Amino acid sequence: MPLADPLGPVRRAVAAMLVLATAALAPAAADEAPASWDEVVAAARGQTVYWNAWGGSEAINAYIDWVAGRVAAEYDVTLRHVKLTDTADAVARVLAEKAAGRDAGGSVDLVWINGENFAAMKSNGLLFGPFTQLLPNTRLVDTAGKPTTTVDFTVPVDGLESPWGMAQIVFLYDSARVPAPPRSVAALLDWARAHPGRFTYPAPPDFIGTTFLKQALYELTADKGALARPAADADFAAATAPLWAWLDAAHPHLWRGGAEFPRNGQQQRQLLDDGEVDLSLSFNPGEASSAIAQGLLPDTVRTYVLDGGTIGNTHFVAIPYNAEAKAGAMVVADFLLSPEAQLRKEDPARWGDPTVLAMDKLDPADRAAFAALPRGPATLSPSELGATQPEPHATWMTRIEQEWQRRYAN
Amino acid sequence: MAAALRQLNGGGAAPAGRRPLLQPLRLVPGVTLFLFLAPIAAGLIGTLLPAFGWLPDLGGERFGLHPWRALFAAPGLAGAVRLTLVSGLLATVLSLLLVLGFCAACHDTRLFARLRRLLAPLLAMPHAATAIGLAFLIAPSGWILRLLSPWATGWDTPPDIATVQDAYGLALVGGLMLKETPYLLLMTLGALDQVQAKRTLAVARALGYAPAAAWLKTVLPRVYPQIRLPVYAVLAFSLSVVDMALILGPGTPPPLAPMVLRWFYDPDLAMRFQAAAGAVLQLGLAAAAILLWHGLERLVARLARPWLAGGGRGAGGRLGRAVAGTAMATVFATAGLGLLSLAVWSVARRWQYPDALPAAWTLDNWARHLGALAWPTWTTLTVGLAAAGAALVLALGCLENEQRHGVRPSSRGLWLLYAPLLVPQVSFLFGAQALTAGLGIGGTWPALVWSHLLFVLPYLFLSLADPYRALDDRYARAALCLGASPARVFWRVKLPMLLRPALFALAIGFAVSVAQYLPTLFAGGGRYVTLTTEAVTLAAGADRRVIAVYALLQALLPLLAFAGALAVPGWLYRRRYALAGMR
Repeated sequence: MPLADPLGPVRRAVAAMLVLATAALAPAAADEAPASWDEVVAAARGQTVYWNAWGGSEAINAYIDWVAGRVAAEYDVTLRHVKLTDTADAVARVLAEKAAGRDAGGSVDLVWINGENFAAMKSNGLLFGPFTQLLPNTRLVDTAGKPTTTVDFTVPVDGLESPWGMAQIVFLYDSARVPAPPRSVAALLDWARAHPGRFTYPAPPDFIGTTFLKQALYELTADKGALARPAADADFAAATAPLWAWLDAAHPHLWRGGAEFPRNGQQQRQLLDDGEVDLSLSFNPGEASSAIAQGLLPDTVRTYVLDGGTIGNTHFVAIPYNAEAKAGAMVVADFLLSPEAQLRKEDPARWGDPTVLAMDKLDPADRAAFAALPRGPATLSPSELGATQPEPHATWMTRIEQEWQRRYAN
Repeated sequence: MAAALRQLNGGGAAPAGRRPLLQPLRLVPGVTLFLFLAPIAAGLIGTLLPAFGWLPDLGGERFGLHPWRALFAAPGLAGAVRLTLVSGLLATVLSLLLVLGFCAACHDTRLFARLRRLLAPLLAMPHAATAIGLAFLIAPSGWILRLLSPWATGWDTPPDIATVQDAYGLALVGGLMLKETPYLLLMTLGALDQVQAKRTLAVARALGYAPAAAWLKTVLPRVYPQIRLPVYAVLAFSLSVVDMALILGPGTPPPLAPMVLRWFYDPDLAMRFQAAAGAVLQLGLAAAAILLWHGLERLVARLARPWLAGGGRGAGGRLGRAVAGTAMATVFATAGLGLLSLAVWSVARRWQYPDALPAAWTLDNWARHLGALAWPTWTTLTVGLAAAGAALVLALGCLENEQRHGVRPSSRGLWLLYAPLLVPQVSFLFGAQALTAGLGIGGTWPALVWSHLLFVLPYLFLSLADPYRALDDRYARAALCLGASPARVFWRVKLPMLLRPALFALAIGFAVSVAQYLPTLFAGGGRYVTLTTEAVTLAAGADRRVIAVYALLQALLPLLAFAGALAVPGWLYRRRYALAGMR
């Protein structure tokens, strides 16, 4: 190859080593990550933080807008919400910047992330940190009661992302139209047969859609233990065969005959509100109450979980290795963990996203404020939500998405 | 290209005695062409190389066909290509037939004059807002069925029929027609003036031809060559549109352009090779479609010759008039109703199916988003004004250079001008990113303005060129005879007289900039968002009331620009009747 760059592999190896070295040494480098929180706050002053966060929900966007006002007032940090349709966009952007050698002054300062996107960034050395140990509010996190705050889709967090909120799959239904919704994946198939066109799920790679597939897989597969290990180590075809059989059987009875799917969970919630479907899904147990409060769903909508429990996880914020405003990003991450911000987030009138904080680590006043929060008409109590099922290893998500595309997106 | 450049530059040696003062002006066409063609050329190269395996940053250091193998193995590719071709060709054919049929059948009606006046606001509507408005109208739970249900349809819940995001892309075709029909109508109206259609028609009518037959036989053959390039631009655009396809098109599979975009943003960077191959395939589809169209033009021309020359006078054509008039009025009314549905949703508190109107109204949707709207609105305004302003300066420079040096506008120059409109955006914008990154301006405000300039300049230039060239040159000559320098003539005579068309062109440029989705996405690098990118992102599933707020504001900005372009000269020249009334 006359055009090939003979030094290319060497150059890339050196670059990779440099990246790894910076990632490992970053907290020690004086200008990168100061040793004390005061220095972080001082360095953050005047910075602009570009926060790449999924922007499909009005309640969440309004919440982020409120955060922007608060960190501007308190820390003189300008927060810009870069609204994504898919968090993978931000991962791809950082990865492309790394490939192009842009190891400083990157365009993403903070990213809302978890699961396979976190796994991808971590394994590619795209994350700054560990940094969470520097945040004063990290000590308030309920790591014992909420183990998913330290292990994200079976991948250890290692201080590279700061927990923000809790998630668990719940099903939404309109109690005025559906008296007895199906409470298992098997029952859902019978229900769909009896009510043609009234159920659907968002098309993967939307995270609600993929999580629904994982939930179905979890209930249908014979070897649940295999899901905790990388998909490559297991017999993917055998493990997922019952899932594809279920989908093949169900699709003809779904909305639009299973030929089209909603793009995401929000669109499906809209379909529920319009009466086009009878069931919807959410990763936020409080979303239905919050949507009722905002006039986005009829007040007869209720939520439920499957009898065998549903998948739950934690969502985080992380800082890319080449972020321009790392100090500002850390200040924002810390503010997100403050009782003030977590309380507002859990309020069903705002967003209704469950807190990651441990109640017993809070001041009595803060604890009382959390206890006084109304739960909302459609939100289940912690005991009704029950124990969450663990997320499968992040690789399952990718494989399932690909296989779904191959089978159903033709 | 060199020859064309020379032509735009004013040909060979300058006439003797030319003042050195004029030299900077001579550079304008070259600078314009460079600003214009460099990103496209660099972008095409930056797409072609990875399509054949060459992208050293990602470890692609040997040429091969593996991106193409990956492309052809991608799930849904065949369906995506079929969908792209069907929706793109159908939208172009229907838009063109509608415009020609309407002009032929209705050119002498009051409806024609009335719709002509409504053309500017329709053209100003950005694609995203148009698409969102249409979706709000025709969805199974949309306004039309809300008005008819359940009393007329019996549907208590919306029917399970895909009227938007349908697998055949028919909703996308409808959305494209809402934008392409007014554009082709505008181009046809311009061409009609140029070929002096009125005189021809009078002769044909005197010879006993019915109105429609007279138009089709004597005017169309001379008008069509004038609108050929706009038709090709419509064809290329319809085949590669992204924002409208995201809103109105199906998802499993989507048309090719959104599919390629998804691959470009895949976290697995190896997908970029496949994406680049897809972008080249998109270019091939557009080129093939234009060639096919060109062949059809010749075929139709040959087949129609006996009919054209046969001497048939044609019948009264009352039915044709009714059909064409109704169809064109439907296009205008749909776009207008779509805009109205945005307005209604933006002030709805609760609007459930099948209520004909919201059960409760509120201004909260606006109040709550004022803060969040500020930043994208500011970016939209500043980028739009900067791009349109720069394009206006360049266009005026080119046109003035043309007049001072007696350059005749060539058809090759016109082709170059149309280049950014004929090459699918997705085929070169990704590669163009490498150019801006190489210049160290990737993801910056100048890069964003530059990317908009590519699309603003052609429209602005085309809109300004006719009035500029049509200005009676006796004014300029009289001023020169009175001893004014050419520069003084330009500033004191030509520009004031051309203020109205210049501002109108500026408004068109601004509207084009506001509508840009893909260039903003690529050149903005996540750092710059506009009302358009926000509206498209939100349209993926957010609250309809919020989508409506963003889309309505997106539509209002260009409308305000047009209103300003009409009002400012009238106010400035309020004591100078002839200038104020001049078109």
